[in-house]
Amino acid sequence: MLSSDPPDRLIVAPHPLRNLLAHREVLYMLTWRDITIKYKQSVMGFLWAILMPLVIVGAGVLVRAGVASVSGRPLLLGDVAAVALKAVPWAFVVSGIRFASNSLVGNSNLLTKIYLPREIFPLASVGSQLIDFAVATVPLTALLALARVGISLQLVWVPLLIALLVVQVAALGTLLSAGSVFFRDVKYVVEVVLTFAIFVTPVLFDVDMFGRWRTLLLLNPVAPLLEGLSATVIHHHPPELGWLAYSGAVTVFAVILALALFRRLEPYFAETI
Amino acid sequence: MSDIVLAMDRVSKKFRKGELHDSLRDLIPAMIGRLTRHRPPEALRDREFWALQDVSFEVHRGEALAIIGRNGAGKSTILKLLAGIMQPTLGRMAVHGRLSALIEVGAGFHPDLTGRENIFLNGTILGMSREEIRRKFDGIVDFSGLEEFIDTPVKRYSSGMFARLGFAVAAHVDPDVLIVDEVLSVGDFVFQRKCLEKMNAVLQSGATIIFVSHDLRAVAELCSRTLLLDRGRIAAAGPSDEIIRQYLGTALRREHLVEGKDAYLSRVCVRNASGEASTFRSGEKAWLDLEVTATTDVTRLAIVVQLCANDEYGVFDTSTERLGLDPFSLHAGETFRCRFELELHLARGTYHVEGYVHRYDIDRQYDHWHQAATILVTTAQDVRGVVNLYPKVTAFGPTGLTSSELTPWREIH
Repeated sequence: MLSSDPPDRLIVAPHPLRNLLAHREVLYMLTWRDITIKYKQSVMGFLWAILMPLVIVGAGVLVRAGVASVSGRPLLLGDVAAVALKAVPWAFVVSGIRFASNSLVGNSNLLTKIYLPREIFPLASVGSQLIDFAVATVPLTALLALARVGISLQLVWVPLLIALLVVQVAALGTLLSAGSVFFRDVKYVVEVVLTFAIFVTPVLFDVDMFGRWRTLLLLNPVAPLLEGLSATVIHHHPPELGWLAYSGAVTVFAVILALALFRRLEPYFAETI
Repeated sequence: MSDIVLAMDRVSKKFRKGELHDSLRDLIPAMIGRLTRHRPPEALRDREFWALQDVSFEVHRGEALAIIGRNGAGKSTILKLLAGIMQPTLGRMAVHGRLSALIEVGAGFHPDLTGRENIFLNGTILGMSREEIRRKFDGIVDFSGLEEFIDTPVKRYSSGMFARLGFAVAAHVDPDVLIVDEVLSVGDFVFQRKCLEKMNAVLQSGATIIFVSHDLRAVAELCSRTLLLDRGRIAAAGPSDEIIRQYLGTALRREHLVEGKDAYLSRVCVRNASGEASTFRSGEKAWLDLEVTATTDVTRLAIVVQLCANDEYGVFDTSTERLGLDPFSLHAGETFRCRFELELHLARGTYHVEGYVHRYDIDRQYDHWHQAATILVTTAQDVRGVVNLYPKVTAFGPTGLTSSELTPWREIH
């Protein structure tokens, strides 16, 4: 019945990476759409990308000021810069996971009408948050320069740390987006977890303040990356390689899990959503 | 290289009725059951049903295939499977070449973005590169006829404008296979013609079209071959004219629920001079035979018949009472029969017969049989719209006639 030459598409989906590459223009346009829409009809526009981390920095400064007044040490501009250095990536983590986990449900109109590799939706959400992240980096850099943190060779670690962070967010966001197709509860769980995550992630504080609880805090795979940023940019030390390797391993595991699970669940998206 | 571009081989698709999980109490046993027991996909579980069953067909390069059938027959499911939006439960399918599916016009448009931005967004979603869209941009805008509004957010568009822009983008994808799902129902008449012409042009360029529509005239015009679906199975396949005739025949009469009604239409039958019929020439006589059966004693009833064009727009309406027949009364179990005689001076197209049982003095409706019968009207001339005014046309040449050759206006009055 079927022709003998191999068909282009059988029930088995094509290789996910090749498929994604073939649709890179869509990925670009969806990222562009998410950014454009976010700032359309808003007076502040891109300033919002800076405002979110700014709020976190404000909270961090309050915490540090509290600690400083107890210990009698004055609060320096360097401390503010240190908080900001962690607050900007953290704002990306929070918004990236939040938007990505909602991306499939939010695009259900497209999902049920047009075939696209579905990974595109969470990835585009992360992509648009990444642009916000990049925008916020500009004032962050200015602040770091103002606080005279200095430059050293340790800065070569920064791209790796950021890359690991982005991949972690993408993998987790992809997993959660697939989950929320089947259970809308995921959305609420994510909101709750993201709200409280700042207490168990070293954003407003450093892990070293916690003595023997330090190990527990670093088990959070985002923590070694934020601590690594702090070590390399502010203190000009290399990051703790053991913990960095741990975070990298978690990242790889998350990517494999996300790919496998997404691939298994994808055929049911359109009829379940 | 074979010239088969699309093939389905014994494809079946299973869906579930109702909510996925009604509560946590249902969900947990269901999840455990799924993990521990392996069920063959052929088996139907609780509340599951086959949306498609054992569907096999092939489409050759350059062919236009129509899929027709009642709502819920599985037409859209076939398209969604072909487009890769869903996966079949059983069976194999193959698609060769670039496929563009127009399941819904303007799917993926974002209301906050302008027409221009949406052309780029939707174009890439449909599989064009940005470079390609840039090249075709003027053509797309031209086709949509929305030059003035191209920098207005589409949330301010009317639904017709929205549809026009959506189709304009989709029509410029240049696919090898174009899948079109009932998109002509939107947009005005002129635009519908434009869409059909564009699809014809796509066909001429050697592409393949799969067309789903309730507009049987468009189906007959565009597609040489038609699949008739009935409750998830292929009921018939063959030349469009033949299949359409079969579709309009008795086998596809709509289901009519009569439970709980005091009086209901028990039969609606369309006949011509030689017997039951579904295809008429314009101007031909048609007889509508109707029967009303009562389940309790009912009084002062009238039967209303209505003809509706394919877009549900009523084109003709009459009733036994309005034609001078006295209201009738029935005892439980009794049946009343009547026959309407109509001259079908209609333009070509598909028309549905609607039947009502009504009591005028208290304005109570006992029964409504939606699309009780469907007829296809053919005309010798290409007349469109809903009525046949038997047009004639005379040409007077490039220089025109002298006034003496034309009938003076005064004489007409």
